[in-house]
Amino acid sequence: MAIETTEILDRSSVQRALTRIAHEILEHNKGTENLVLIGIRTGGDYLAAQLQKIIAEIEGDKVPLGTIDITMYRDDLGSRSDLAMGQTDIRFPLGDRKVILVDDVLFTGRTIRAAMDALIDLGRPRNIQLAILVDRGHRELPIRPDYIGRNLPTARNEQIEVEFNDQHIPVGVSLIK
Amino acid sequence: MNFQHRHVLGIKQFNATELNFILDTAESFKEINTRKIKKVPTLRGKTIINLFFEASTRTRTSFEIAGKRLSADTVNISGSSSSVVKGETLEDTARNIEAMHPDIIVMRHGASGAADYLAKRMSCAVVNAGDGTHEHPSQALLDSFTIRQHKGKIAGLKVAIVGDITHSRVVRSNIDCLNKLGADVWLSGPKTMLPPGIERLGCKLAPSLAAAITDADVVMMLRIQRERQGKTLIPSLREYSRYFGLNEFNLKLARPDAIVMHPGPMNRGVEISSAVADGPQNVILDQVENGVAVRMALLYLAAGGENLVED
Repeated sequence: MAIETTEILDRSSVQRALTRIAHEILEHNKGTENLVLIGIRTGGDYLAAQLQKIIAEIEGDKVPLGTIDITMYRDDLGSRSDLAMGQTDIRFPLGDRKVILVDDVLFTGRTIRAAMDALIDLGRPRNIQLAILVDRGHRELPIRPDYIGRNLPTARNEQIEVEFNDQHIPVGVSLIK
Repeated sequence: MNFQHRHVLGIKQFNATELNFILDTAESFKEINTRKIKKVPTLRGKTIINLFFEASTRTRTSFEIAGKRLSADTVNISGSSSSVVKGETLEDTARNIEAMHPDIIVMRHGASGAADYLAKRMSCAVVNAGDGTHEHPSQALLDSFTIRQHKGKIAGLKVAIVGDITHSRVVRSNIDCLNKLGADVWLSGPKTMLPPGIERLGCKLAPSLAAAITDADVVMMLRIQRERQGKTLIPSLREYSRYFGLNEFNLKLARPDAIVMHPGPMNRGVEISSAVADGPQNVILDQVENGVAVRMALLYLAAGGENLVED
């Protein structure tokens, strides 16, 4: 079977989507007070760093940035062949913060469930909001994003790939059939 | 990396990439031990049996805490309180335990090769917590983890290991582990405690303690087993201490930034002076702290390998 790759978003469309998400986050939270960005490894952490940069350009405030690895919270240990684990790096207390959880692609929602469990083990945030670059549907859990870069209906066997360059800057989103 | 091991029996079974993978995994778990809520649900619903036929405080506690922080159910069985004292064989004990469907058995046993023996007969994963004078993989891994933490690397470092080499499983696992990770390993000890041919494991024999620790980046002191061989293999503890004890004077031969390690329990004033044991270069309690993270990694990897075929 031939693999077919279609570009969905190019570099500037991704940047525009992230800029819009940054504005929506600021509008919804009325500024940056108590706001923190937490990216899910790997992909979400790079996007969270981009959002931090854009928010700093708009508001002049550097929102605290953390990354979270959800491997320890996954529900499929034993059916996985890859046991590699990344590191969680959150150097600020989460108590009473408004957490913007950032991921690249939202699919079944299981990663987000795991990430929320992981966050709550670290502290008691005031709320958790979800920012996603691409929502591809097929949810298996009652989870919905608050900020969406692009809604993209897909078939289950298709894949969405967010590409990053060496500086971890998103350069495009493709659909792989 | 694809980690393809069902059991953790010894350092021997791993190559350098796999050893680094275990250390990296431990790095991820280390952060949990400093949290307010020290628990993650990774091994929820798994049962781990700590089967200790030999006395151990540090290793058993460390494995038990590691299991509990991963949300596994841990059960401890020690040799003196089990039916072993009533004459049951290892295989029968193991079969009975297996009938209760544990996921992992962590075993310490006085006989070399006991963990391999058990692994061949059990359907659950076996983690070796020390078998006779053979291997003690979790100790070697936590030692390497601690060296990496303080030195940033292992390759190219001079590591001196001093003491009773013959009866130390810690040494065998450490030589293998450090060699694979690229360190330069030197041994020193009384002739009566140096097994012939030990150099074949890939280490160098130093003619004296001074030669071993000169310019060393890491000095690892081993315990003299006073209750056992210590009595017959050396004339006296005072003499041992004089020739093979580490103190603030001979430690000056090592590099100024050298770290001092000891697997515990220490005999203060015998293999290590109190001044060194409590001195600025000691990382002995870091070893204990890191032990929990390393054992969490081993339990996680052993539990994650449940779909693999036997090694």
